Amino acid sequence: MSSEIPVISCKNVWKVFGADPKAYLAKTPPDRSFDDMREDGYIAGVKDVSLDVHQGEMLVIMGLSGSGKSTLVRCFSRLHEITAGTIEVEGQDIMSLAEKDLIDLRRSKMGMVFQSFGLLPHRSVLDNVAFPLEMRGQDKHTRRERALEVIKLVGLEGREDFFPRELSGGQQQRVGIARSLAIEPDIWFLDEPFSALDPLIRKEMQDEFLRLQQMLNKTIVFITHDFDEALRLADRIAIMKDGAIEQCDTPDKIVLRPATEYVRKFTEDVDKSRVVRAGGLAEVSQTGEGDPVDAGLSVQKMARMLIEDTREFIPVIRKGKPIGAFSRAEALDILLGDQ
Amino acid sequence: MADAPYVTANPFNRSRAALLFLGCAVVLTMLQYAALLPSWLHRLPETMIPPFAAWLDVVFNFIKDDLGLLKLTRFLTSGLENVLDASGNIFFGKRRWPNLGPMPWTAVAGVAAVIGYYLGGWRLAALAGGTFVWTALIGQWKIAMETVSVLVVAAPLAFIIGLSWGIAAWKYEWINKAIKPVLSVLQTLPFFTYLLPAVIFFKVGPTAGAMATIVYAIPPMILMTTLGLQKVSPEVVEAGKMSGCSRFQMLRHVYLPSARSDILVGVNQVIMLCLAMVVLTAFIGMPGLGAKLLAMMGSFKLGRSFEIGITIVLLAVTLDRMSKAWVIKQPVHFEKGTSWLNRHKTLVLAVCLFVGFTLLSKVIPLVGSIGRGQDFSQGRELDRAIKGFLAIDGVQSVTYGIRYVLNVWVLNPFRDFMLSIPTPAVILIIVAFAISLGGRREGIIAGVFFGLVALSGWWDRSIITLYSVLAAVSIAMLIGIPLGVWASRSEKWSRRILIACDTAQTFPSFIYLIPAIMLFGITATAVVGSITIFAMVPLTRYTIEGLRTVPLEMTEAADMAGATRMQKLMNVELPLALPTMAVGFNQAIMFAFFMVIIAAFIGTQDLGQELQRTLAGTDLGKNFVLGICVSLMALTFDVVIMKWATQKKQALGLT
Repeated sequence: MSSEIPVISCKNVWKVFGADPKAYLAKTPPDRSFDDMREDGYIAGVKDVSLDVHQGEMLVIMGLSGSGKSTLVRCFSRLHEITAGTIEVEGQDIMSLAEKDLIDLRRSKMGMVFQSFGLLPHRSVLDNVAFPLEMRGQDKHTRRERALEVIKLVGLEGREDFFPRELSGGQQQRVGIARSLAIEPDIWFLDEPFSALDPLIRKEMQDEFLRLQQMLNKTIVFITHDFDEALRLADRIAIMKDGAIEQCDTPDKIVLRPATEYVRKFTEDVDKSRVVRAGGLAEVSQTGEGDPVDAGLSVQKMARMLIEDTREFIPVIRKGKPIGAFSRAEALDILLGDQ
Repeated sequence: MADAPYVTANPFNRSRAALLFLGCAVVLTMLQYAALLPSWLHRLPETMIPPFAAWLDVVFNFIKDDLGLLKLTRFLTSGLENVLDASGNIFFGKRRWPNLGPMPWTAVAGVAAVIGYYLGGWRLAALAGGTFVWTALIGQWKIAMETVSVLVVAAPLAFIIGLSWGIAAWKYEWINKAIKPVLSVLQTLPFFTYLLPAVIFFKVGPTAGAMATIVYAIPPMILMTTLGLQKVSPEVVEAGKMSGCSRFQMLRHVYLPSARSDILVGVNQVIMLCLAMVVLTAFIGMPGLGAKLLAMMGSFKLGRSFEIGITIVLLAVTLDRMSKAWVIKQPVHFEKGTSWLNRHKTLVLAVCLFVGFTLLSKVIPLVGSIGRGQDFSQGRELDRAIKGFLAIDGVQSVTYGIRYVLNVWVLNPFRDFMLSIPTPAVILIIVAFAISLGGRREGIIAGVFFGLVALSGWWDRSIITLYSVLAAVSIAMLIGIPLGVWASRSEKWSRRILIACDTAQTFPSFIYLIPAIMLFGITATAVVGSITIFAMVPLTRYTIEGLRTVPLEMTEAADMAGATRMQKLMNVELPLALPTMAVGFNQAIMFAFFMVIIAAFIGTQDLGQELQRTLAGTDLGKNFVLGICVSLMALTFDVVIMKWATQKKQALGLT
């Protein structure tokens, strides 16, 4: 995975808000804390973040409100100009792009879904979805055809002529998703797409989203403040606090080995047995014996087997290949909640 | 102003400073009464007054002649004149290109009804159609169309100019900063100040009137455009950017459509201000409803004045309702497979009606226009009835009684008292008022503004203007606030009174003179009466709004604390409603300043009368000095009260 160029690669990215952030950052030591900077009259929206997002990966950025997650994702698409650092999209430094090239990049490669949908109230569903296509100058016929295709994809067939206010929240967000997919983007940004929805609808939309992702296999940056949602969707989770990333890891690792006290607090109430999978527990140095289990199985799914089995180590396979074995005792601890 | 809630922590002690100023003022006044005050402290001596008017004249003449502005404006005039002529031809058959008009009244009424139906259903259709039918039947078709023909030219022009400036001010912060103060002065300048420059630069008659109208209607359009564009949700903007919009595409497809509602509210204001101004430009020779009304009121023909008043009111209400319906009209989708005819049925219907009636009018002349003697005007009979009613002993003694009490016991003593206070004392009192409500900055503004008024050389007339305003607003408060408090008790009545206020606010201010003149004749009481009615509207309205928007938890908390109705009102509702009510108070004062100038028409001794006199000549300098005097006084109140309201709102956490 590390051999290819990451889709998004950012190094030491800073986004500081205030009167003259560039000059301020230049004369400030990088280890100055968020609160101290606020005393100086500056807000560190993004604080020294380095991060790679790989092809086909779903990175979930998790944090409470004001932690800088939305700011960070807006830096990736240069909706915000960063104060320091570099951001490369497919090897191209986006800060060096001229306005026209930036517009081209967004027109061809990026799609974004917003928390409050960001739909244009005066346009019908069809026209909203076709909007990015219209902006890049596609003719009416092709863009209608493509828009109808995506509308069907998100399950809004028959509502093409409705206006946003005539739709429910969940339906509006489907329009938002359809619009962001219209140009067939390689990179898909979703900024708390389901936070404004009711719990039941949210669950439904998450399923829908997973279904779409399985079909499309995009590179995704997904923002949420809901830890359960993050665990449910993510390949990797980046937890942010005060503009900085506290930990960026797979869900298993975050739950099993929280890097900081802040992260540990998040994981405290999580039912670990649902999150931790065999693959995450497996130790490469062990081999185990007997029938192997699939790496994707969660501890909870293996519960009966764990209790009835007698082996000390159980081998794990991913896509048919052995990758190690995990300790049954450790898995039982997770299942039973023992420390 | 993050520190505003902590006013008490301010080292500058406001109440003490205010008391100090007030004390000085009292001492000065006492000295004056004891005849100890040197006369140069009572009134500024003539010799000390700088000749502002003459200076301004020099400046204007320089701009006008030496810079060649007059040539430019006269050039513009001819362009505007052609457009006005064309619309005049279409609406009332002026003999100019394109020689098509006039449109038959039935066709206009029919199309208006269809537009009304499209925007707001049957009721609006009836209102729109009914207005034009009434106008035709009452025999005022031609003069109404004279007014409308100017309106349809002035309003779109004001819209386009205002929109462009609004976009520019939103896009470039420095433009915004530069025009903001100009706009606030423009909005407080009395309308007479717009008229004379228009006359001088654009010739007497419809062209000057149209020009004054356009300039008058632009400021709110600019403000609403800027406001609307600033309010567009950041997510929608980002969605636009992520969709790859170029800058122009952002403006055209994202910002302007999203700000649609605010821009349309601006359109509504443009239309209403244009109508009000077109009526008022009668003073500089604009023909139409205003001119007729002016003539009728001047010759005390109450019946005809009343009928014209109704026409103007109907026109105002129709235009207001239609443009407001347009604001809230949302696009609605059609089911699949709806035919073209069905999707455009209103358009088709309008065209059919127009063509049909036009053809019909060729056959039946009455469908085309209603001639003299064929109308249903009851002007003379109404006139006789009103005058007869007023002549009844009972009625006469009541109106006479009110007049007597107001004049002799209230108004005249109040006026004489205000005139007797020495100039510096008045300024000190105003400054004290500004400091105690606003703060140091507001105090300085008040001092400078009123100081300028004193230097203008029109002090006595300014004080009379101020006295009329204060007297009328006080009376309006005595009636309007209790009315508002009472109405806010019930859902039903608040709604009714709010609708009444809304409707009343759409009337051109000139209209308010009619009932006042009817009751009190052409007297000072009529002036105060018309201002009172006019100023009552915002007072009542904001009282209701303030009381109705008190958060429910607070009144519930008061109920649970066992407060009686009165206790709840005095301790919870009124204090929380006060900042909103202050906004109404402020508007009442602004309205009163406007109205007092208009009321000059029925004879007052204030600035308005002098302003009106300047219209006869070419005293551009004096005209401006007078206008700015009014504007400075109005601005002082505006700055102070709005500052107080915002502070109070912040302190109460209501923002």
